Amino acid sequence: MSDMTRRQFLAITGGGLAGSSLALLGFSPGVALAEVRQFKLARATETRNTCPYCSVACGVLMYSLGDKAKNATPSIFHIEGDPDHPVNRGTLCPKGAGLIDFIHSPSRLKYPEYRAPGSDRWQRVSWDEAMERIARLMKQDRDANFIAKNAEGQTVNRWLTTGMLAASASSNEAGYITHKVVRSLGILAFDNQARV
Amino acid sequence: MTNHWVDIRNADLVLIMGGNAAEAHPCGFKWVTEAKAHNKARLIVVDPRFTRSASVADVYAPIRAGTDIAFLGGVINYLLANDRIQRDYVTHYTDASFIVREDFAFHDGLFSGYDAENRSYDKASWEYEIGDDGFARIDPSLQHPRCVLNLMKQHYSRYTPEMVERVCGTPKERFQQICEMIGSTAGPRRAMTIMYALGWTQHSIGSQMIRCAAMVQLLLGNIGVSGGGMNALRGHSNIQGLTDLGLLSNSLPGYITLPFDREQDYNEYVAVRAQQPLRPNQVSYWQNFPSFFVSLQKAWWGDAATAGNRWAYDYLPKIDRLYDMLQVFDLMAQGKMNGYLAQGFNPLAAAPNKAKMSAALSKLKFLVIMDPLVTETSEFWRNYGVHNDVDPSKIQTEVIRLPVTCFAEEDGALVNSGRWLQWHWKGADGPGEARTDIEIMAELFTRLRQLYQTEGGAFPDPIVNLAWPYVYANRPTPEELAKEYSGRALADLVDPKDKTNVLRKRGEQLAGFGELRDDGTTASGCWIFCGAWGPTGNLMARRDNSDPTGIGQTLQWAWSWPANRRVLYNRASCDTNGKPFNPERPLIQWNGKQWIGADTPDYRVGDDPAAGVGPFIMNQEGVARFFARGNMTEGPFPEHYEPFESPLGYNPLSRNEPRAVSNPAARIFKSDRDALGSAAQFPHVATTYRLTEHFHYWTKHVRINAITQPEQFVEIGAALAGELGVAPGDRVRVSSNRGHIEAVAVVTKRIRPLNIDGRTVHTVGIPIHWGFTGLARPGYIANTLTPFVGDANSQTPEFKAFLVKVEKV
Amino acid sequence: MALQSLDIVRRSATTTAPPSVREPHTGTVAKLIDTTKCIGCKACQVACMEWNDLRDDIGTNVGGYQNPHDLTDQSWTLMRFAEYENPDKGNDLEWLIRKDGCMHCADPGCLKACPAPGAIVQYANGIVDFHEENCIGCGYCIAGCPFNIPRISKRDHKAYKCTLCSDRVAVGLEPACIKSCPTGALVWGTKEEMHQHAAERVEDLKSRGFDRAGLYDPPGVGGTHVMYVLHHADRPQLYNDLPEDPHISPAVSVWKGATKPLALAGIVLTALAGFFHYIRVGRNETHESDERAAARETEHVRHE
Repeated sequence: MSDMTRRQFLAITGGGLAGSSLALLGFSPGVALAEVRQFKLARATETRNTCPYCSVACGVLMYSLGDKAKNATPSIFHIEGDPDHPVNRGTLCPKGAGLIDFIHSPSRLKYPEYRAPGSDRWQRVSWDEAMERIARLMKQDRDANFIAKNAEGQTVNRWLTTGMLAASASSNEAGYITHKVVRSLGILAFDNQARV
Repeated sequence: MTNHWVDIRNADLVLIMGGNAAEAHPCGFKWVTEAKAHNKARLIVVDPRFTRSASVADVYAPIRAGTDIAFLGGVINYLLANDRIQRDYVTHYTDASFIVREDFAFHDGLFSGYDAENRSYDKASWEYEIGDDGFARIDPSLQHPRCVLNLMKQHYSRYTPEMVERVCGTPKERFQQICEMIGSTAGPRRAMTIMYALGWTQHSIGSQMIRCAAMVQLLLGNIGVSGGGMNALRGHSNIQGLTDLGLLSNSLPGYITLPFDREQDYNEYVAVRAQQPLRPNQVSYWQNFPSFFVSLQKAWWGDAATAGNRWAYDYLPKIDRLYDMLQVFDLMAQGKMNGYLAQGFNPLAAAPNKAKMSAALSKLKFLVIMDPLVTETSEFWRNYGVHNDVDPSKIQTEVIRLPVTCFAEEDGALVNSGRWLQWHWKGADGPGEARTDIEIMAELFTRLRQLYQTEGGAFPDPIVNLAWPYVYANRPTPEELAKEYSGRALADLVDPKDKTNVLRKRGEQLAGFGELRDDGTTASGCWIFCGAWGPTGNLMARRDNSDPTGIGQTLQWAWSWPANRRVLYNRASCDTNGKPFNPERPLIQWNGKQWIGADTPDYRVGDDPAAGVGPFIMNQEGVARFFARGNMTEGPFPEHYEPFESPLGYNPLSRNEPRAVSNPAARIFKSDRDALGSAAQFPHVATTYRLTEHFHYWTKHVRINAITQPEQFVEIGAALAGELGVAPGDRVRVSSNRGHIEAVAVVTKRIRPLNIDGRTVHTVGIPIHWGFTGLARPGYIANTLTPFVGDANSQTPEFKAFLVKVEKV
Repeated sequence: MALQSLDIVRRSATTTAPPSVREPHTGTVAKLIDTTKCIGCKACQVACMEWNDLRDDIGTNVGGYQNPHDLTDQSWTLMRFAEYENPDKGNDLEWLIRKDGCMHCADPGCLKACPAPGAIVQYANGIVDFHEENCIGCGYCIAGCPFNIPRISKRDHKAYKCTLCSDRVAVGLEPACIKSCPTGALVWGTKEEMHQHAAERVEDLKSRGFDRAGLYDPPGVGGTHVMYVLHHADRPQLYNDLPEDPHISPAVSVWKGATKPLALAGIVLTALAGFFHYIRVGRNETHESDERAAARETEHVRHE
């Protein structure tokens, strides 16, 4: 301050324009000084979920727009730990605490897409087109390469030329139906993230 | 986990080795800080790097990546040589007294029966002596020279503190200090927990590292007790559940294995798996295998699975060999695969040797991606400059990418590391046209079924006959599926002792796997989950967090498998009379009539302790095994072998046997062996790992995490940085014999050079989280560097120890 | 209801006394940061950003774990990492990690230095909060802060810092960082309870060989409502230069003393001039060069 510049002097004194200078001139500060930022969760809908990252499986509370009224479309805008959960007791790690940006990541896929052989781009397709194509490709390959009996004549009923890696952050129910479908097709090249 | 997250707070000593819980599982790690703060616990961290876990440890010891068996073998040697074992426990609850066959041998790093040409063992000699009564012979006095305990003593006598220092680079004094701390938990009132993760699994001898640690715990009587256990800290949120549900090449739900080609006879298939007791009066619970298997087949094929067709046995594919991920991608690289589906999985980034992976995917005819995010795998064909330098016009793979909802947008259950099945609820719809995995798999199936019904094709029977009882065929609800894997009665189940007593009505949900039958009258898609959705409803959705005994056992919170049991082997927490070894933290106890307490007993509740039924009811022996018999690929006792890329090039424990440098029974494909590097070219030991700010390859798409850790880096010690003239923040190139990456150098005192058998070895740390898609700064896929070789049992790749060189860019 | 009460006890550049009848009878609030339990996971950073709707730039790695590189208008808290070889323990390495952010001083230098009426307030529960509506962006709070915490936003030229989640505290919740902390390194309660908690921690640390463990609640600023448990309480500077004996900058005394009448005279003149300027020309836009100059000067003032 000892070598306060002209600019600083003006910055400080000029800056006081809105407030103290006016106070000195007889105006009292009219703004609602006691207000804090409004609490943003007051009537938001709270939904209980489990963090999808690691296997600590922390309980999370998701807060979404609206109160589930018919005309309100829920969109999750805040996530914090579930204090009732015996393991995390409300805490979350830097990944769990940032889950809101996972849900709203610009990298989220929104539509089925198709990349033709040799192409350098995606093209948007309908679900119907995508599923029709996948089913057809799979059936063609299975019918062409299914092995009913091995060289020794033993019944083996397997299909080795198509494989699958299953999610390991999907639910039991998704995993269960995935397994049921995959084995019914005779697929053996089947793994999940537990392998790595 | 044998135990569960909250139970860690009961530990007196915590050993974190082969993992970095503070970094990768911070909220679970809180129970370590709780144990320290409120149970006076001490924390030991053994790791090549001074980690975030080490930052709050009482004792830290450095170790060379990949040498954990040498360290743990040294601990076993210390415990046995100094009689720091819980003798009652070891005598009665382990196979210490079992006598091993005379032809079993170990010499110069190889066990008896080695076949060098096929890199495999004839395991016949790895077995107990079986008496004329059909039971294993034992010597309760532990004097027999070939009893398991004495064989162990002999085996680990070579693992001296000096040897540990030579192999691991751990200073002898520090090792000694840790042995003494570990030995202090041999008393019945002290417990140590061991927490590990991929730091043990991702080695060519990973399974044996874990076994070796479990052996330490058994010697100390720390298995089955509160505050003890072998606690695998699993990675993804439902990696436990998907493993339980058997989504692996050779598995079916509930740890049932698929039949081999040779098992053409259903009765033989069953007989091998319905294991009979090896000692008198033991439970050997796998005897119930037929009930588990038949109930599964009824869940999958319903009325089409009958006694007449051996419960649709032939609907299941038979295996001629393991089609694990490494095997499959090797076949793909050879052009032997046509199609591939990746559901929430990013193998281009997650599997070793990116160049090989990229070449393999390029040979596919079609690739289907189901994911919430833009994965690298889905865009493997797209040019991203140096980070993915490919020519799309030369890649003929047809790729279809489907948008999937995420956790917040669906109901369902996940299984945590502690085996808790917890239900969660949907909060909002997914973006755009995203669908759930369930909807996608269901519609894919109904379309295929339609094609096979109308067109016919190869063996349509298992497809057209698959039970599909869902109200909306293309949209089964999570509730329908959960009820199906849990299980229900297909007919009125009557009490075999009183035929007038109907235990379960037809259609009723079952309360547990004890109600399963092998006659086709019950269906359960995963026997270990049986009861999760019981007659009273969805127990996975329970939210009563009361802890009546105060030791962290919240039995009314969610539901855990098996049978809502929270600590496995908890019968071993009591002495042979049924009294808790540690009365301050009793899990269960015998009250004269039955077993009661703070947990579901891992035992038949009415079994009088006097009957001598062992506490390890899943094992034929009734006791825990130090001696693995034929269950492990590379030997019944864990033995140190070097990583496939070793800075030494020899095994200090068996210097004269070139076949025993690295795991002699691990599978390695020829092209991958050729791609291994040597220490002459690549002198430094590299290890890959995770950072707490990120989760795999997901959170680089998450803005908030990209902010907290924005750019790819590697960690090198100050000494190596000095040699290379690298300052913090400089860019360096890290190369292996399979490729290179470039990243910012973080220069740290937390990685120190190690003195290994007289030479200086530097460790290079490589976090994995970057790639060419996402919000964080683009980076190289760390697995560009890693070798394509896996553990001999699990085929989990050796990501934790390989060779690199580092250069300043 | 002292914990929830956000009764104001002091506000910047205001001469009228705030209502003072209500007092925090059950104690003021405090955050205790236990560096000995902290693993530097940054959950607090993330929770802070998430709750307060802040997103800093995706930066670069400059050779360490610290990201972002410094506190900013978007990053109100930051983990600072230091590697220390402890000569008392055979040069064993210690990774000393400190969560940096506003200390919520009982005697807040920022508030005292602030010339903008009501831009900085102190609540009866101990929280020192910035009301950016009133902030003029002069940077005096930075000069006044002995811990170098407030940051001026390049976007709106106002000063920002940790609010101790005054919006959460006002409805009876703990701050977002406290709730998230996985290891319990951050704890929350009345200042008295936090003193007691710290005492237990210190006892435990002494049993582990940290003879100099202790609480950091510096008297030079009247004590703080954010306190640290340190393994080496005798050397706080080991923790990325945590000040050993912080005091309010002398610059603030100068402002409050000799130059204040001068400044006030100036204020009256510039108020009128400014008023006419505003009426005639509109809002005074600044150029980037002005900003750079201002930043330099602010920096200069801060180091006085």
